[in-house]
Amino acid sequence: MASATFRIWRGDASVGEFRDYTTEISSGMVVLDAVHKIQAEQANDLAVRWNCKAGKCGSCSAEINGRPKLMCMTRLNTLPLDQPVTVEPMKTFPLLKDLVTDVSWNYRVKERIEYIKPRKPDAPDGTWRMYQSDVDRVQEFRKCIECFLCQDVCHVLRDHRLHDKFIGPRFLVHAAALEMNPIDSADRLQDLRESCGIGYCNITKCCTKVCPEEIKITDNAIIPLKERVVDRYYDPLTRLFRVFR
Amino acid sequence: MAEYQIHEYDVLVVGAGGAGLRAAIEASAAGVTTGVVTKSLLGKAHTVMAEGGMAAAMGNVDDRDNWRVHFADTMRGGQYLNNPRMAEIHAKEAPARVKELEAWGAMFDRTKDGRILQRNFGGHRYPRLAHVGDRTGLEMIRTLQDHGVHRGIQFHMETTVVTLLKDGDRCVGTLAYDRERGRFLVFHAKAVVLATGGIGRAYQITSNSWEYTGDGHSLAYHAGAALLDMEFVQFHPTGMVWPPSVRGILVTEGVRGEGGVLRNKEGRRFMFDDIPANYKSQTADNPEEGWRYTQGDKSARRPPELLTRDHVARCINREVKAGRGSPHGGVFLDIAWIKEKLPNSAEHIKKKLPSMYHQFKQLADIDITQEPMEIRPTTHYMMGGVRVDADTQMSGVAGLFAAGECGAGLHGANRLGGNSLSDLLVFGKRAGEYAAQFAKEHSAGALPKDQIDAAARAALEPFERGPSGENPYAIQYELQESMQKLVGIVRREEEMQQALEIIEKLKRRAAKAGVSGNREYNNGWHTALDLSNLLTVSEIVTRAALERKESRGAQFRDDYPEKSEEWGQYNLRIEKAADGSVRVERIPVIPMAEEMKQVVEEQK
Repeated sequence: MASATFRIWRGDASVGEFRDYTTEISSGMVVLDAVHKIQAEQANDLAVRWNCKAGKCGSCSAEINGRPKLMCMTRLNTLPLDQPVTVEPMKTFPLLKDLVTDVSWNYRVKERIEYIKPRKPDAPDGTWRMYQSDVDRVQEFRKCIECFLCQDVCHVLRDHRLHDKFIGPRFLVHAAALEMNPIDSADRLQDLRESCGIGYCNITKCCTKVCPEEIKITDNAIIPLKERVVDRYYDPLTRLFRVFR
Repeated sequence: MAEYQIHEYDVLVVGAGGAGLRAAIEASAAGVTTGVVTKSLLGKAHTVMAEGGMAAAMGNVDDRDNWRVHFADTMRGGQYLNNPRMAEIHAKEAPARVKELEAWGAMFDRTKDGRILQRNFGGHRYPRLAHVGDRTGLEMIRTLQDHGVHRGIQFHMETTVVTLLKDGDRCVGTLAYDRERGRFLVFHAKAVVLATGGIGRAYQITSNSWEYTGDGHSLAYHAGAALLDMEFVQFHPTGMVWPPSVRGILVTEGVRGEGGVLRNKEGRRFMFDDIPANYKSQTADNPEEGWRYTQGDKSARRPPELLTRDHVARCINREVKAGRGSPHGGVFLDIAWIKEKLPNSAEHIKKKLPSMYHQFKQLADIDITQEPMEIRPTTHYMMGGVRVDADTQMSGVAGLFAAGECGAGLHGANRLGGNSLSDLLVFGKRAGEYAAQFAKEHSAGALPKDQIDAAARAALEPFERGPSGENPYAIQYELQESMQKLVGIVRREEEMQQALEIIEKLKRRAAKAGVSGNREYNNGWHTALDLSNLLTVSEIVTRAALERKESRGAQFRDDYPEKSEEWGQYNLRIEKAADGSVRVERIPVIPMAEEMKQVVEEQK
């Protein structure tokens, strides 16, 4: 049986190092399988987060050979195995231990975004009528598995650490799903402009590239939201009308 | 008790899948303080993996559907061992539970006239499953999660319960630890709702994640609550087979609902060879009729691929054993064939089954729009669980409630696909409602210091033994292998006796499990602590399966291959005896009210 070496980050926020583990590999294996095998056989206390192992829960996000990916969906046959495969935690969030980061900031951000406010139901039984063509774009955003890889790769968060000023691509997608929900009647544009910091995004599309659900984050969520904000606050005609109102 | 952080709640919910979140939402809406502890991060619980949909007789696609049909389908699927009151409540309340999700932001697939679309699924007479492509579970958990965080519920993420705490006969809270730091936390609550899911990790080939270690089952059992129907473990007919690393990952029943067919290596649609008598009148007798059914022809009967899961799983097993299986020991599930019928079949499949397309493409290099999948049964769901009151979901222990997969009664001997997500909503809500009521009617009980200290001490023992102790992962793997081989889809007396001996040995080894490192996010320690629950439920499943000397629903006994009328009169209740042994007892099934009997008759 073939073997491969994995260079895994071990340590916590204060001290750590890469350690090499060589393990047997077999056909069809993904990085998470190898990490589990190492954990079971060589490093029982290795910290790794995972759940579904099928790309549906978004728990096992990490940086594999420097690229943000889900460990459970990264097959070993897509990686060069003649050299060690590096596996390290996401960089945008504080490290807890080994491959596990503290992603609680994301949950706090979501609480700040105004919740859905449904308009009056269309039918007497309390339901609404929506057509598939109306919900397609929202369904794209709701595919998000909250792996936070888009947050990890966003330079506003990763390099500039503007976590208190910018909510990041994940939550712009979340806001877009609410804003474009046909039954929602809330207005989040002021929040998007101010507390959510949508202006910080300069559409480099790094988030779109790493999304395991292939959501077109920048084109379909962020740009339309930016347009709405611009229409409201910067359109000269609208501003003129406001003056004379 | 200075060393423990103490959290006080009126209602504490253990688990944050569909049932736990729905319970917490309801408790909080009733105006009581509500806390949730969850082993993983919020939104990652196993509900997220549910694919096909949630069953609710809304009649949006076929107006012949109503709660009476749903009730009768559920009872028939469960081989009449179900608690009929639960099946009735479920069928009646599911539509309202689904509709309210829409007001909370869920975005279901739509009918042409703009209502919630419903799809066909095994054992359901009419198209009944509200769905979002094949990622319905994600939609549901995200909707409940987002609703929950705006209601003032306190979430304790990555926190695992070690034991339930009792004041006399009443449950008054839990001892837990947080994964991040390994600190012990005491949750002092007037009522506790268990919503911990299933036991799939007791088996080697499973669609379940690491969390599914039977925690709720085991915690309730050790706290003195009775369990029910623990012999009934559902093996989902279609799990992935190849490559080995993806073995067991679920392939949704929706594939068959959309027209997918099962074939053996000779190309034969073997499901037509064995249609049970009680389903004959509802089942298509030729492929053409089956196809028309999947395309919404109301005059057609459903194809045999959509028979109940227990039956389909056994048929697949039979084909493989008879040497008619696929190259890697499964059979073929083919949706690509519909290109003979539909011009844009590839696009159609990608639209209807996007995550299946993705999953096979990425993990197995298979394009399901062009070639068949290889599949085999995988451990999927536990019908058995905590025995609860049908209306309130309270267990035999005062103040202790259970809902969702860790509760029992709704599904009897076999669960219909789609009845799980609706179960979570209907009975999660009820558990939250009645737990809140219980909390309002009772003052807080006393915290038992001795129980807390003893449990905390025991939980730290693996560190004292250190790395020279037994490897917890190795014990877990051995248990999974034994349960798979000896108490799996086909069972017989000698093998199950052998399993009991192995479980005894593993218990002794688990008592010597040791771990290295410290308490901070130490997966080895967590695995060591999960062992006790896994061993408890494995023993209970085995003893219950030994006791039931017949084949019915998910239980197939090679040595008792027939269904027995006598055994159809009994459920099995499991309790911890005074000497600590597992007591398995026959109790009469709950009789159906006359009115309900009529409903079953009229739907025959």
